[in-house]
Amino acid sequence: MSDGEDGDVSERLAAVWANDVTKLVVLVGGILALYVGAGTLLDYGVRQQLNSIGLLVFYVAVFAMLALALNLHWGYTGLFNIGVIGFMAIGIYVTAVLSKSATVTEPAAGSIGGFGLPLWLGIIGGVLAAAVFGALVALPALRLRADYFAIVTVGVSEIVRFTLLESSLQQMQVFGYFIGLGGGSGLILDFDITDGLLDAVGVADPYATLTDSLGTTLGLGGNPKPVFDGLYYGAFLLVFLVLFYVLLRRVGNSPFGRVLKAIREDEEATKSLGKDTNRFKIKSFTIGCALMGLAGILFYAEQGAITPNAFRPRITFFVWIALIIGGAGSNTGSVMGGAIFAAFLFRGPLFLKNVIQESFDIEAVSTFGQAVSPLISGLNPVPMLAYAVDNLAQLQLVIMGLTLIYLMHNRPEGLLGHRQEPAACVPLTGLSRSDTVAAPPTETDGGVASNGGDGDE
Amino acid sequence: MSDTEVDEAAVTANVPEDAEAEVDEPETNDSTVEREAKHVPNAIPLKVRGLRKEFGGIVAAADVNLSVEEGSLTGLIGPNGAGKSTTFNCITGVHEPTAGQIHFQGEDITGLSPNEVAERGLVRTFQIARELEEMSVLENMMLAPTNQRGESLWRSVLPVARESVKQQEAAVLERCWEMLEFFEIDHLAHEYAGNLSGGQRKLLELARALLTEPSVLLLDEPFAGVNPSLESRLLDHINDLQESGYTFLIVEHDMDLIMENCEHVIVMHQGTVLTEGAPDEVRTNEAVIEAYLGGEVDG
Repeated sequence: MSDGEDGDVSERLAAVWANDVTKLVVLVGGILALYVGAGTLLDYGVRQQLNSIGLLVFYVAVFAMLALALNLHWGYTGLFNIGVIGFMAIGIYVTAVLSKSATVTEPAAGSIGGFGLPLWLGIIGGVLAAAVFGALVALPALRLRADYFAIVTVGVSEIVRFTLLESSLQQMQVFGYFIGLGGGSGLILDFDITDGLLDAVGVADPYATLTDSLGTTLGLGGNPKPVFDGLYYGAFLLVFLVLFYVLLRRVGNSPFGRVLKAIREDEEATKSLGKDTNRFKIKSFTIGCALMGLAGILFYAEQGAITPNAFRPRITFFVWIALIIGGAGSNTGSVMGGAIFAAFLFRGPLFLKNVIQESFDIEAVSTFGQAVSPLISGLNPVPMLAYAVDNLAQLQLVIMGLTLIYLMHNRPEGLLGHRQEPAACVPLTGLSRSDTVAAPPTETDGGVASNGGDGDE
Repeated sequence: MSDTEVDEAAVTANVPEDAEAEVDEPETNDSTVEREAKHVPNAIPLKVRGLRKEFGGIVAAADVNLSVEEGSLTGLIGPNGAGKSTTFNCITGVHEPTAGQIHFQGEDITGLSPNEVAERGLVRTFQIARELEEMSVLENMMLAPTNQRGESLWRSVLPVARESVKQQEAAVLERCWEMLEFFEIDHLAHEYAGNLSGGQRKLLELARALLTEPSVLLLDEPFAGVNPSLESRLLDHINDLQESGYTFLIVEHDMDLIMENCEHVIVMHQGTVLTEGAPDEVRTNEAVIEAYLGGEVDG
């Protein structure tokens, strides 16, 4: 087969491309390259470049994780959860209360202690609390129809926030410990998740030496540790993202995931086949809430402090936008959506603003009036554009809205929404029964969508 | 119908391959359907006594008494508003009856939820076929079998346990292909269920219901909106299944269809059972004629 050589190569390339993991790596790699390229154009120093990469990876990872968790609720089970931020808040607050250093004497006003447990215990506690809270919400609420369920979830997330704001819970004494939720002023997180992890693995000292020497080599100037902390925390989150992805793929590509999908399609028909749909819904909701709690912990744990007003429904809708971009129902799509949202809608406008202001030397005007009057009087659009660029951060929400409208009109199913991620542990790709029998069921684990020619897409 | 021709072509093409594939498994000479039928216990499976269902002030079913015999093809007919669908929904647990009892295989199943009723082997299909649109035909089928290990979350996720799930999945997949072949819709296996024609959906729904290994099947207007050639195909399947031991209760509008194919016919009118018996007796019954054609026939 001499003429098959070319076809072979392109076929192999197509097979590699068909692999979802390749797509994700290419996408995230591409985004990073774009940012580094733009940074180079802006004459960023090494320190600034590394900082920007660390921050980008952080947001890509958290939004991808949150989109994955939401995909389990909405994409798989059809549960309209618009209270994502509430479960994140529960996660990080419980972790904070459990793991902040213990105070057994009446503390000064504004400094609230915790139980002083190790951070890993606090994280487990936070995840469990989010799961239990999710289950409690699910028990009564899952009897409601989709839209009423949505109202309950957004209500619950606001109740959580108002509870955190509540002054009577600001400080209290439990088992001799002075703990509290901090009220409106929030809590200071006196643990350091990055250092804590290094200590736990026992590499804190080598890490310090390494960052010092690397910092000198790269010419980062004084105190290079925060730069490397950002990078290494980003990498740490990517590890969690991979765990989320593997877990949710396994959940999705299984008989369990098949029942969830069936509930999304038609709950009554699923019941008529003998499936106890309430049990499945509660399980799915609880797992998703636990993952949201974990994502919340990872999101806020290294921010140094948390205040209730960070937990407004805004983030919930960001996660929804990420899921809609990627395509509800597809785990790979959720990761893509999270990455694209973080890179282009969340971080993008700020970055673009810097790029534009660096590249074009335009004088910004400070008020809307100053921006509009030249446009009206002299048809001079430059001050208006400069004003818009200057306020790009505020225009972020407008850009998100326009993106959503565009997507709803032109691609409502998102990037990968309408495609099949077979809900089974074994490949379903045979064309007839004999094909299936011939194929060894253990060879592929649903991780590789090796089949492109069944006319499903 | 052109799609019927395609079906047949696909089926005949598959036959020799299947024969080879089954060599190392001698027991699979029986079709799934026949094998399952051997487990069906001998009893009068379904009895409804004094069933009453009110919706607010409206009495949809006043006093329904009926029983379905083992291995029979029982038809439930009646004019619009006679309470057929209400009775059906009460039996399958969709509605909770206001009064009365429903016994299945000697057990009182009154007020159980739909999934509990289905778990006991009393499985229904819907008047408007309720396929799971955004799932493939094969996924629709694989959903149905009961006692799937992988429906437990931890078994699906944990590495070692997942291997046993995979083994069962391979067996389930095999059974689903068998059933698709039996209904001659295996060429549609990878199609989204939402893309199927009305008749194909009815076939899919019946095939899916069979995979739950029921002993009694309740079919809600299985022939509504089905073209004549597919209708006869569906009837052939139902007759085959009945011969292999399944029990059917069919709700249907079309009198002739029921009269020609069922050995026992129950006629409902205004929320009660008007009469029941063999088709010939029912056909000549004065009350039935009156119910269907209106009171004026009286005089």
